[in-house]
Amino acid sequence: MKNNRTAIHYVRPLVLTLFGMAMLFPFIWMFATSFKQGADVFNLSLMPKHPTVLNYAKLLRNSNFPWWFANSMIVGLAVTFSVLFFDSLVGFTLSKYRFPGKRLIFLLILSTMMIPTEMLVIPWYIMSNELGWVDTYWGVMFPGLMSGFGTFLMRQFFCQVPDDLLDAGRIDGLNEFYIWSRIAMPLVLPALSALAIFSFIGNWNAFMWPLIVSNKVTMYTLPVGLSFFNGEFQSQWEMVMTGASVATIPVFIMFIIFQKQIIQGIALTGVKG
Amino acid sequence: MIRQKTASHSLELTKRRWAYTFLVVPILFYVVIRFYPTFYAFFLSTTDWDIVSKNKDFIGLENYRNLFSDALFWKTLGNTGKYVAYGLPVSLFLGFVIAYNIDRIRLGEGFFKAVYFIPYITSMVAVAWVWRWLYQPAPIGVFNKILMELELPQQKFLFSQTQAIFSILATTIWADIGFQMIIFLAGIKGISTQYYEAAEIDGAGNWDQLRYVTLPLLKPTIVFLIVTGTIRYLRIFTQVLNMSYQGEGGPLNSTKPLVLYIYDTAFRSFDMGYASAMTVVLFLIILTITLIQLRVMKSEE
Repeated sequence: MKNNRTAIHYVRPLVLTLFGMAMLFPFIWMFATSFKQGADVFNLSLMPKHPTVLNYAKLLRNSNFPWWFANSMIVGLAVTFSVLFFDSLVGFTLSKYRFPGKRLIFLLILSTMMIPTEMLVIPWYIMSNELGWVDTYWGVMFPGLMSGFGTFLMRQFFCQVPDDLLDAGRIDGLNEFYIWSRIAMPLVLPALSALAIFSFIGNWNAFMWPLIVSNKVTMYTLPVGLSFFNGEFQSQWEMVMTGASVATIPVFIMFIIFQKQIIQGIALTGVKG
Repeated sequence: MIRQKTASHSLELTKRRWAYTFLVVPILFYVVIRFYPTFYAFFLSTTDWDIVSKNKDFIGLENYRNLFSDALFWKTLGNTGKYVAYGLPVSLFLGFVIAYNIDRIRLGEGFFKAVYFIPYITSMVAVAWVWRWLYQPAPIGVFNKILMELELPQQKFLFSQTQAIFSILATTIWADIGFQMIIFLAGIKGISTQYYEAAEIDGAGNWDQLRYVTLPLLKPTIVFLIVTGTIRYLRIFTQVLNMSYQGEGGPLNSTKPLVLYIYDTAFRSFDMGYASAMTVVLFLIILTITLIQLRVMKSEE
């Protein structure tokens, strides 16, 4: 019995490590290949024989990757700011004020989470076509400017903010906009940072809608550009791997910096149900 | 007294006015960008509109009748069912096993969480192409080269009508495990140690504790993961478009899910009416699942 127990202390980490290496294997292979060229690419060895950054240089100079990278950054940041502003404002309003129609508005916003994007993309596309939003940043961004999920999340957090703190501000003669932005917002910073990270990563990886609404190569976001680029360069797998690396690196960096917030945020929204 | 009352009354009114002011733009957004398009999709599903012609002719339920006799619709619906039926249980099982074991190690919890979670947050387009490369025939694909080294027979993977869907599923599960694991881990950590102590006093071993304490208490977590997972697998699209032969859900539609068929119909053939009818079907399936979840959660309480 005793022996059994000590054995498992070693077995568990060992199995987790082996399986974890299998999980990371595609990424390791991707990065390794992005530094290979020529016959090296088809070599079954992780270490490049002649490591080179030429693939990255080629991507930078001879493709539209810089455009796609910039587009994804612009869209990701703009949508994230919009979501932070509006979702927290609506969440705050729905948790801290009493007014007729409040319950109905909350339920309607919640119900939008049930509508699948696949159902909305066709009307959105028709709308964009008629209003000239195809191939514009606004066209890529407008569907995501607010979210039912973010509103729900922020409302939960604002509910925990004591009313006394807000009333103190009111006695000082602050208007409601100030009370929200200067008193309430700083108290929900953990929720705001979780929402910001989700929103940015979600937009960075989004594929279907940006694919539909952009026709011009220079308007593609990174995933859309990558998809077309790969289709074109299928015989040059080292270029495909370099492109994939460029698309994953920013998320890797964000994950390393914000690991705790991301994991806590996911767990928080999940357990709530 | 009366003065105080009117003062607080007017304060309430001011606050109410602010509340409505805050909500003007958001309500406009939700009406124009969420609700109107939803109704519009229902409307389009009763027309034969092809985006080029000026008028949208009302054809009643004909699109739905056509769906009924459309072999490809049933085929893609069946494929979608396969993605859910094979993919979700496997990723749930692996996610749980990993979470359970991570919870029970003394060192490196954060490290293992990161390792297993990272595929979930990376771009599906990027990883789909990495896997597509791994699956290529020798001398290009890594899997086949490893098989060759081991003197095992080569596999066709994405080029095979029988293997392709499972090859795509493997990638999907690999990317999905991290999410299940994190939620399970949060659920496991939320179980009070008192239950385990009581079980131990009753002489329950590890297996019994898992069976009679951990799993029953994780029921809300499991319900949540089944529902969100079903919806996620029902909407499978990106990996199939990027991994399957020529991006068309091949070979011979063997991997094509419903959403890819919708995308093809709407944005490659521009048959907006017919595609809308399919999105309505998808919407109804998701609605049913969500309502079942609400029902189950309510009966829990």
